[in-house]
Amino acid sequence: MTKHLKIIDYAITSLLRRRYKSFAILAAYSLTVTTLASVLFLTHALRTETDYIMQGVPDLIVQRTIAGRHELIPVDYAEKIGAIPGVSGIRPRYWGYYYDGLTEANYTLLGSGGEPAPLQMLTGRLPVNPGESAVGAGVAALRGSAVSGELILVNSRNIGVLFQVTGLFRSESNLLTNDLVVLTDRDIVDFFGFPPGEATDFAVSIPQSSEIQTIAAKIKQLYPDTRPITKRELTRTYDMVFGWRSGMMLTVFCAAIIAFCIMAWDKATGLSADEKLEIGILKAIGWDTADVLALKFWEGLIISLTAFLSGMILAYVHVFFFNGFVLAAVIKGWSVLFPTFRLTPAFNLFYVLIMGFFTVVPYVASTVIPTWRAAITDPDSVMRG
Amino acid sequence: MARSKLFIAFIVLEVILLFGAYLHGNSLQISRRTDDLEAKRALVSRLGLTDLAIWTEARYTRHPSQADFFSAFQDYPGSPDHFPAGSLISPMQVYPEGME
Repeated sequence: MTKHLKIIDYAITSLLRRRYKSFAILAAYSLTVTTLASVLFLTHALRTETDYIMQGVPDLIVQRTIAGRHELIPVDYAEKIGAIPGVSGIRPRYWGYYYDGLTEANYTLLGSGGEPAPLQMLTGRLPVNPGESAVGAGVAALRGSAVSGELILVNSRNIGVLFQVTGLFRSESNLLTNDLVVLTDRDIVDFFGFPPGEATDFAVSIPQSSEIQTIAAKIKQLYPDTRPITKRELTRTYDMVFGWRSGMMLTVFCAAIIAFCIMAWDKATGLSADEKLEIGILKAIGWDTADVLALKFWEGLIISLTAFLSGMILAYVHVFFFNGFVLAAVIKGWSVLFPTFRLTPAFNLFYVLIMGFFTVVPYVASTVIPTWRAAITDPDSVMRG
Repeated sequence: MARSKLFIAFIVLEVILLFGAYLHGNSLQISRRTDDLEAKRALVSRLGLTDLAIWTEARYTRHPSQADFFSAFQDYPGSPDHFPAGSLISPMQVYPEGME
């Protein structure tokens, strides 16, 4: 034990002797771990949160398709679909997209449907009367609706329509409501100029989850021009968006992995002349091969363990205390309205162990292996290069 | 041996911080699940929301689960893309029936 403490002492002194190089490696290594871990933390937290909140999505969405594209669905389809055994309710949904030329942002306009039940994530209330609206925090900030209490949108007939803002979605729900403008169903129909008796799609309630697939098949048989989307398909979409094979992971992951490989490869391909000289001298003054290997092992471990732990902590702080602001800028794309990631921290110990294994072990190995090659040769020839 | 002890103390401190992050995450998971997440789930249920409002730049990035992916020459993740976010969302995997 004492021997190893002394070797660690010597290893730290040796690293400090090459302080600029050591700190440069430490910084690059920490940055790589931070990047990798940030992506892992962010996607894992998003997936955990989505898994939970998406349990509230409709059991079945029924769209109508014409020529392979989503079209408005006749409301009278609901009669036959609602009569299918196992269906407990069916509700037409009225929604669409709105491009706001003023702010160059896209909003999602949604009909409130049903009675205005109080919602914890909403300050105020959902629209009940014509000309009322509830807006997401992103829309409110962009249009100053929180202050003015008004929102003017241009309808399909190119006429500006004034809506009173009766509700503001709390910023905690940004991930769901950032670009949302909720109007009454009637206002949506009028605003977009929907033909009478048509809705965007249907939300179908099916209490028995085992019956969803069968009912979806029955609907498809009844109305071949429809596309039923099951709850399972809805939730699976987000498994894929945030899964390890998603582009979101791969985009950042690949760059960081490549950077790490280059660094490890550089270490593994050989020692510098100074390092060879040091090994030669140590051998000449009586250190045996095992001691030299222990020294290099500790040097590698000091750098990699410090970088790994610092990187993980930095990533956690970055994602959950600073809302992943660096990563958000990368994945934002062209979205004008982009939510702040105020996520519930999800810490997966398995990911941390995997990260530790894949970053610390290769680095230590790539430090020790070339040293072993130098340490088993004659000190004189090592020092002469 | 002062330096080695200092290093060990530093590593122990970092491990404690990381473990603290683990506890912090887990405790928030439990406490927020009962209020915030439950409220968000109620919101999804009440308004019949189907997707997250992350990428608002195109229809198929705003509502990936509602995108019409099944016919040729459509805008969909995995197709030659017009929008940066489209490349971040992987295309829907189609399973043969009964293989899910």
